[in-house]
Amino acid sequence: MTSLSAKDKDAVKAFWAKISSKATDIGADALGRMLVVYPQTKTYFAHWKDLSPGSAPVKKHGQTVMGGVADAVSKIDNLTAGLLNLSELHAFTLRVDPANFKILSHNILVVLATMFPNDFTPEVHVAMDKFLAALALALSEKYR
Amino acid sequence: MVEWTEQERSIITNIFANLDYEDVGSKALSRCLIVYPWTQRYFASFGNLYNADAIKTNPNIAAHGTKVLHGLDRAVKNMDNIKATYAELSVLHSEKLHVDPDNFKLLADCLTIVIAAKMGSAFSPDVQATFQKFLAVVVSALGRQYH
Repeated sequence: MTSLSAKDKDAVKAFWAKISSKATDIGADALGRMLVVYPQTKTYFAHWKDLSPGSAPVKKHGQTVMGGVADAVSKIDNLTAGLLNLSELHAFTLRVDPANFKILSHNILVVLATMFPNDFTPEVHVAMDKFLAALALALSEKYR
Repeated sequence: MVEWTEQERSIITNIFANLDYEDVGSKALSRCLIVYPWTQRYFASFGNLYNADAIKTNPNIAAHGTKVLHGLDRAVKNMDNIKATYAELSVLHSEKLHVDPDNFKLLADCLTIVIAAKMGSAFSPDVQATFQKFLAVVVSALGRQYH
Protein backbone atom coordinates (compact mmCIF):
# COMPACT_ATOMS: atom_id res chain seq x y z
CA MET A 1 0.00 0.00 0.00
CA THR A 2 1.22 3.50 -0.82
CA SER A 3 1.63 6.15 1.84
CA LEU A 4 -0.56 9.24 1.80
CA SER A 5 0.56 12.16 -0.35
CA ALA A 6 0.12 15.76 0.76
CA LYS A 7 -2.79 15.97 -1.70
CA ASP A 8 -4.44 12.91 -0.14
CA LYS A 9 -4.10 14.33 3.36
CA ASP A 10 -5.54 17.69 2.31
CA ALA A 11 -8.46 15.99 0.61
CA VAL A 12 -9.17 13.85 3.69
CA LYS A 13 -8.96 16.80 6.09
CA ALA A 14 -11.17 19.00 3.89
CA PHE A 15 -13.80 16.30 3.47
CA TRP A 16 -13.66 15.39 7.16
CA ALA A 17 -14.34 19.03 8.07
CA LYS A 18 -17.53 18.83 5.99
CA ILE A 19 -18.78 15.57 7.48
CA SER A 20 -17.47 15.45 11.05
CA SER A 21 -20.72 16.75 12.55
CA LYS A 22 -22.41 13.62 11.18
CA ALA A 23 -19.73 11.25 12.47
CA THR A 24 -22.03 9.42 14.89
CA ASP A 25 -24.67 8.82 12.21
CA ILE A 26 -22.02 7.67 9.75
CA GLY A 27 -20.55 5.23 12.26
CA ALA A 28 -23.91 3.80 13.29
CA ASP A 29 -25.05 3.38 9.69
CA ALA A 30 -21.77 1.80 8.55
CA LEU A 31 -21.68 -0.62 11.44
CA GLY A 32 -25.35 -1.55 11.02
CA ARG A 33 -24.84 -2.16 7.34
CA MET A 34 -21.76 -4.27 7.93
CA LEU A 35 -23.61 -6.58 10.31
CA VAL A 36 -26.36 -7.12 7.71
CA VAL A 37 -24.30 -7.30 4.53
CA TYR A 38 -21.39 -9.31 6.02
CA PRO A 39 -23.08 -11.52 8.62
CA GLN A 40 -19.78 -13.15 9.58
CA THR A 41 -18.87 -9.89 11.35
CA LYS A 42 -21.65 -10.55 13.86
CA THR A 43 -19.36 -13.10 15.50
CA TYR A 44 -17.58 -10.24 17.26
CA PHE A 45 -20.76 -8.96 18.87
CA ALA A 46 -22.38 -12.10 20.22
CA HIS A 47 -22.60 -10.34 23.59
CA TRP A 48 -25.00 -7.67 22.27
CA LYS A 49 -28.73 -8.06 22.72
CA ASP A 50 -29.68 -6.30 19.51
CA LEU A 51 -27.57 -6.28 16.34
CA SER A 52 -30.09 -4.63 14.04
CA PRO A 53 -29.37 -1.34 12.26
CA GLY A 54 -30.38 1.59 14.45
CA SER A 55 -30.27 -0.38 17.70
CA ALA A 56 -28.73 1.18 20.80
CA PRO A 57 -25.56 -0.95 20.96
CA VAL A 58 -24.94 -0.43 17.23
CA LYS A 59 -25.35 3.34 17.54
CA LYS A 60 -23.12 3.55 20.58
CA HIS A 61 -20.40 1.44 19.06
CA GLY A 62 -20.61 3.27 15.72
CA GLN A 63 -19.88 6.44 17.66
CA THR A 64 -16.88 4.82 19.35
CA VAL A 65 -15.47 3.65 16.04
CA MET A 66 -15.90 7.02 14.33
CA GLY A 67 -14.24 8.65 17.33
CA GLY A 68 -11.24 6.54 16.44
CA VAL A 69 -11.45 7.66 12.80
CA ALA A 70 -11.63 11.31 13.89
CA ASP A 71 -8.57 10.77 16.04
CA ALA A 72 -6.78 9.22 13.06
CA VAL A 73 -7.57 12.29 10.93
CA SER A 74 -5.87 14.50 13.52
CA LYS A 75 -2.85 12.16 13.51
CA ILE A 76 -2.78 11.68 9.78
CA ASP A 77 0.89 12.63 9.55
CA ASN A 78 1.94 9.62 11.60
CA LEU A 79 -0.79 7.05 11.88
CA THR A 80 1.46 4.25 13.12
CA ALA A 81 2.63 6.24 16.14
CA GLY A 82 -0.71 7.92 16.72
CA LEU A 83 -2.74 4.71 16.74
CA LEU A 84 -0.32 2.64 18.83
CA ASN A 85 -2.69 2.16 21.76
CA LEU A 86 -5.61 1.33 19.51
CA SER A 87 -3.46 -1.18 17.67
CA GLU A 88 -2.54 -2.89 20.93
CA LEU A 89 -6.21 -2.98 21.92
CA HIS A 90 -7.24 -4.62 18.64
CA ALA A 91 -4.28 -7.00 18.62
CA PHE A 92 -4.27 -8.28 22.17
CA THR A 93 -7.72 -7.69 23.58
CA LEU A 94 -10.23 -7.54 20.74
CA ARG A 95 -8.30 -9.76 18.34
CA VAL A 96 -10.35 -8.65 15.36
CA ASP A 97 -9.17 -10.38 12.20
CA PRO A 98 -7.64 -7.54 10.13
CA ALA A 99 -9.61 -8.65 7.06
CA ASN A 100 -12.59 -7.06 8.75
CA PHE A 101 -11.00 -3.60 8.66
CA LYS A 102 -11.40 -3.68 4.89
CA ILE A 103 -15.01 -4.71 5.24
CA LEU A 104 -15.86 -1.88 7.63
CA SER A 105 -13.95 0.61 5.46
CA HIS A 106 -16.06 -0.41 2.46
CA ASN A 107 -19.24 0.18 4.41
CA ILE A 108 -18.03 3.57 5.61
CA LEU A 109 -17.44 4.52 1.97
CA VAL A 110 -20.95 3.33 1.00
CA VAL A 111 -22.48 5.45 3.78
CA LEU A 112 -20.45 8.49 2.68
CA ALA A 113 -21.83 7.98 -0.84
CA THR A 114 -25.43 7.80 0.38
CA MET A 115 -25.11 10.77 2.75
CA PHE A 116 -22.89 13.07 0.67
CA PRO A 117 -23.55 12.14 -2.98
CA ASN A 118 -22.27 15.45 -4.36
CA ASP A 119 -19.20 15.80 -2.13
CA PHE A 120 -18.08 12.18 -2.36
CA THR A 121 -16.47 12.69 -5.75
CA PRO A 122 -14.08 10.11 -7.26
CA GLU A 123 -11.15 12.26 -6.06
CA VAL A 124 -12.45 12.31 -2.49
CA HIS A 125 -13.27 8.61 -2.75
CA VAL A 126 -9.70 7.62 -3.64
CA ALA A 127 -8.23 9.80 -0.85
CA MET A 128 -10.63 8.35 1.74
CA ASP A 129 -10.04 4.80 0.50
CA LYS A 130 -6.28 5.27 0.84
CA PHE A 131 -6.69 6.88 4.27
CA LEU A 132 -8.89 4.09 5.63
CA ALA A 133 -6.44 1.52 4.26
CA ALA A 134 -3.54 3.33 5.96
CA LEU A 135 -5.59 3.46 9.16
CA ALA A 136 -6.25 -0.28 8.95
CA LEU A 137 -2.56 -0.92 8.40
CA ALA A 138 -1.65 1.15 11.49
CA LEU A 139 -4.26 -0.79 13.48
CA SER A 140 -2.68 -4.07 12.37
CA GLU A 141 0.83 -3.02 13.43
CA LYS A 142 0.89 -4.80 16.77
CA TYR A 143 -0.75 -8.04 15.66
CA ARG A 144 2.43 -10.00 15.09
CA MET B 1 -27.09 -22.94 -7.64
CA VAL B 2 -27.65 -19.45 -6.29
CA GLU B 3 -30.96 -19.09 -4.44
CA TRP B 4 -32.89 -15.84 -4.75
CA THR B 5 -35.86 -14.84 -2.60
CA GLU B 6 -38.78 -12.98 -4.15
CA GLN B 7 -37.68 -9.88 -2.30
CA GLU B 8 -34.16 -10.11 -3.70
CA ARG B 9 -35.45 -10.55 -7.25
CA SER B 10 -37.69 -7.52 -7.00
CA ILE B 11 -34.91 -5.39 -5.46
CA ILE B 12 -32.64 -6.16 -8.40
CA THR B 13 -35.27 -5.67 -11.10
CA ASN B 14 -36.36 -2.38 -9.50
CA ILE B 15 -32.82 -1.02 -9.41
CA PHE B 16 -32.30 -1.81 -13.09
CA ALA B 17 -35.77 -0.68 -14.17
CA ASN B 18 -35.07 2.82 -12.83
CA LEU B 19 -31.49 3.03 -14.05
CA ASP B 20 -30.07 5.83 -16.18
CA TYR B 21 -27.56 3.59 -17.95
CA GLU B 22 -25.54 6.38 -19.50
CA ASP B 23 -25.21 8.32 -16.29
CA VAL B 24 -24.50 5.40 -13.96
CA GLY B 25 -22.38 3.44 -16.43
CA SER B 26 -20.05 6.33 -17.22
CA LYS B 27 -19.79 7.34 -13.57
CA ALA B 28 -19.01 3.82 -12.39
CA LEU B 29 -16.28 3.18 -14.97
CA SER B 30 -14.65 6.60 -14.60
CA ARG B 31 -14.71 6.26 -10.80
CA CYS B 32 -13.01 2.87 -11.14
CA LEU B 33 -10.24 4.34 -13.30
CA ILE B 34 -9.71 7.18 -10.81
CA VAL B 35 -9.93 5.23 -7.55
CA TYR B 36 -7.97 2.22 -8.88
CA PRO B 37 -5.67 3.80 -11.47
CA TRP B 38 -4.00 0.53 -12.45
CA THR B 39 -7.26 -0.43 -14.16
CA GLN B 40 -6.38 2.15 -16.81
CA ARG B 41 -4.08 -0.47 -18.28
CA TYR B 42 -7.01 -1.86 -20.27
CA PHE B 43 -7.89 1.48 -21.82
CA ALA B 44 -4.62 2.66 -23.37
CA SER B 45 -6.35 3.26 -26.70
CA PHE B 46 -9.18 5.32 -25.25
CA GLY B 47 -7.45 8.70 -25.39
CA ASN B 48 -6.72 11.18 -22.61
CA LEU B 49 -6.76 9.58 -19.15
CA TYR B 50 -4.11 11.81 -17.62
CA ASN B 51 -6.12 13.14 -14.71
CA ALA B 52 -9.49 12.77 -13.04
CA ASP B 53 -11.14 15.53 -15.07
CA ALA B 54 -9.90 14.04 -18.34
CA ILE B 55 -11.25 10.64 -17.33
CA LYS B 56 -14.60 12.06 -16.26
CA THR B 57 -15.10 13.87 -19.58
CA ASN B 58 -13.65 11.19 -21.87
CA PRO B 59 -16.45 10.18 -24.28
CA ASN B 60 -14.91 6.77 -25.00
CA ILE B 61 -14.96 5.90 -21.31
CA ALA B 62 -18.54 7.14 -21.00
CA ALA B 63 -19.67 5.02 -23.94
CA HIS B 64 -17.84 1.99 -22.63
CA GLY B 65 -19.30 2.38 -19.15
CA THR B 66 -22.78 2.39 -20.67
CA LYS B 67 -21.95 -0.74 -22.66
CA VAL B 68 -20.64 -2.58 -19.60
CA LEU B 69 -23.73 -1.66 -17.58
CA HIS B 70 -26.03 -2.94 -20.31
CA GLY B 71 -24.00 -6.14 -20.14
CA LEU B 72 -25.57 -6.67 -16.71
CA ASP B 73 -29.07 -6.77 -18.25
CA ARG B 74 -28.69 -10.39 -19.24
CA ALA B 75 -27.83 -11.33 -15.68
CA VAL B 76 -30.92 -9.50 -14.43
CA LYS B 77 -33.07 -11.41 -16.95
CA ASN B 78 -31.43 -14.76 -16.12
CA MET B 79 -30.82 -14.55 -12.40
CA ASP B 80 -31.17 -18.30 -11.97
CA ASN B 81 -28.49 -19.06 -14.51
CA ILE B 82 -25.92 -16.29 -14.46
CA LYS B 83 -23.00 -18.69 -14.70
CA ALA B 84 -24.16 -20.16 -18.02
CA THR B 85 -25.37 -16.80 -19.30
CA TYR B 86 -21.89 -15.30 -18.93
CA ALA B 87 -19.80 -18.27 -20.06
CA GLU B 88 -18.99 -16.67 -23.42
CA LEU B 89 -18.35 -13.25 -21.88
CA SER B 90 -15.99 -14.89 -19.41
CA VAL B 91 -14.02 -16.49 -22.24
CA LEU B 92 -13.91 -13.11 -24.00
CA HIS B 93 -12.53 -11.33 -20.92
CA SER B 94 -9.95 -14.05 -20.44
CA GLU B 95 -8.81 -14.91 -23.94
CA LYS B 96 -9.30 -11.69 -25.85
CA LEU B 97 -9.37 -8.83 -23.34
CA HIS B 98 -6.93 -10.39 -20.84
CA VAL B 99 -8.57 -8.67 -17.88
CA ASP B 100 -7.30 -9.70 -14.44
CA PRO B 101 -10.48 -11.06 -12.82
CA ASP B 102 -9.61 -9.30 -9.54
CA ASN B 103 -10.50 -6.10 -11.39
CA PHE B 104 -14.15 -7.19 -11.74
CA LYS B 105 -14.61 -6.71 -8.01
CA LEU B 106 -13.11 -3.22 -8.19
CA LEU B 107 -15.63 -2.13 -10.83
CA ALA B 108 -18.42 -3.81 -8.87
CA ASP B 109 -17.47 -1.80 -5.77
CA CYS B 110 -17.49 1.45 -7.75
CA LEU B 111 -20.88 0.58 -9.22
CA THR B 112 -22.14 -0.03 -5.68
CA ILE B 113 -20.88 3.40 -4.60
CA VAL B 114 -22.53 5.14 -7.58
CA ILE B 115 -25.87 3.38 -7.01
CA ALA B 116 -25.62 4.21 -3.29
CA ALA B 117 -25.08 7.89 -4.11
CA LYS B 118 -28.11 7.86 -6.43
CA MET B 119 -30.45 6.08 -4.05
CA GLY B 120 -29.36 7.74 -0.80
CA SER B 121 -31.25 6.41 2.18
CA ALA B 122 -33.25 4.11 -0.13
CA PHE B 123 -30.01 2.12 -0.42
CA SER B 124 -30.82 0.37 2.84
CA PRO B 125 -28.65 -2.38 4.35
CA ASP B 126 -30.97 -5.02 2.83
CA VAL B 127 -30.83 -3.43 -0.61
CA GLN B 128 -27.04 -3.17 -0.31
CA ALA B 129 -26.78 -6.83 0.70
CA THR B 130 -28.92 -7.92 -2.27
CA PHE B 131 -27.10 -5.72 -4.77
CA GLN B 132 -23.69 -6.89 -3.56
CA LYS B 133 -24.86 -10.53 -3.68
CA PHE B 134 -25.99 -10.02 -7.29
CA LEU B 135 -22.68 -8.40 -8.28
CA ALA B 136 -20.71 -11.13 -6.50
CA VAL B 137 -22.49 -13.77 -8.60
CA VAL B 138 -21.79 -11.77 -11.77
CA VAL B 139 -18.13 -11.35 -10.83
CA SER B 140 -17.79 -15.05 -10.10
CA ALA B 141 -19.43 -16.00 -13.41
CA LEU B 142 -17.15 -13.67 -15.36
CA GLY B 143 -14.09 -15.26 -13.81
CA ARG B 144 -15.34 -18.82 -14.22
CA GLN B 145 -13.86 -19.64 -17.64
CA TYR B 146 -10.36 -18.37 -16.93
CA HIS B 147 -7.70 -21.03 -17.04
